Amino acid sequence: MADFAMPQRVLPMTGFHGGSSVVRLEPAAPAGRISLRAKAEDVSALSGSLGVDLPTRPKTSASANGRTALWLGPDEWLVIDESESGLMTAAANSGVLHSATDVSHRNTAILISGPGAEAAINTGCPQDLSLSVFPVGACSRTLFGKVEVVLMRTGEEAFRMEVWRSFSDYAFGLLSEGAKDAAL
Amino acid sequence: MLLIHCPYCEEDRSELEFRWAGEAHIARPENIAAISDEEFAEFFFLRNNEKGLTYERWRHIHGCGRFFNAARDTVSDRFLMTYKAGLPKQPIPVASKAAAIAEEKTVETWEATEGDAR
Ligand SMILES: [Zn+2]
Repeated sequence: MADFAMPQRVLPMTGFHGGSSVVRLEPAAPAGRISLRAKAEDVSALSGSLGVDLPTRPKTSASANGRTALWLGPDEWLVIDESESGLMTAAANSGVLHSATDVSHRNTAILISGPGAEAAINTGCPQDLSLSVFPVGACSRTLFGKVEVVLMRTGEEAFRMEVWRSFSDYAFGLLSEGAKDAAL
Repeated sequence: MLLIHCPYCEEDRSELEFRWAGEAHIARPENIAAISDEEFAEFFFLRNNEKGLTYERWRHIHGCGRFFNAARDTVSDRFLMTYKAGLPKQPIPVASKAAAIAEEKTVETWEATEGDAR
């Protein structure tokens, strides 16, 4: 009865599908995310309370306990939690000085996989994505066409592209074109 | 595509990820209220706009987000070196200086191709 009055969760890219014979594109499941800033001396305490070691080398990530921490800058990380919960509390429980902003709903993600994944992303991304330079687990904030994204390689032929939700339509569309080109 | 070495990411990345941020090594006066209008104008508005070797701030805005310093040749557009923000002005490595001079001789600037003809 009261269903009309109940807020319905509308996910960006609901029902989107795309790709080609060599690339598969799909929207990622909702996830919890924080944008985290902290100084070097507080990294170990934050790592302990988050349950995942914040990486300190450029372009690297670390995963543990359903959470992935991506190095974005010398004092900046994107932490993703698949279960959509607990990141802000965990960061607060570290007891050390930091800045954590919940960006769970600012970002959404596109999963790109298949033998043409690299080529599809490179239609709009200037980075060298060859396996030797951008290995599994590598991540980077970069550009995809006109939008800023955070790219992570999750497998030899699989990537996760984190993108602001209002840009996801554009990113998915450009990836669809890239997927077609990759199949040529 | 021009590649710029980010001293924080420790690798060469596309110029698309970077943003120019003005002349480098301009120290803010310690007591800005005490300086004269002329000194303020010098600090705030006036830039050298060097032709040739210049020290600039750049920002890896679509990468690690950090500001850093770069020595660049404004004639050839070649980056001679980059280094982290906060470091004092760094001397240009001899090898890249020589390379820049060698390149300058072959680069097609307006002065090289048109200037003398007038
Ligand atoms: Zn960088």
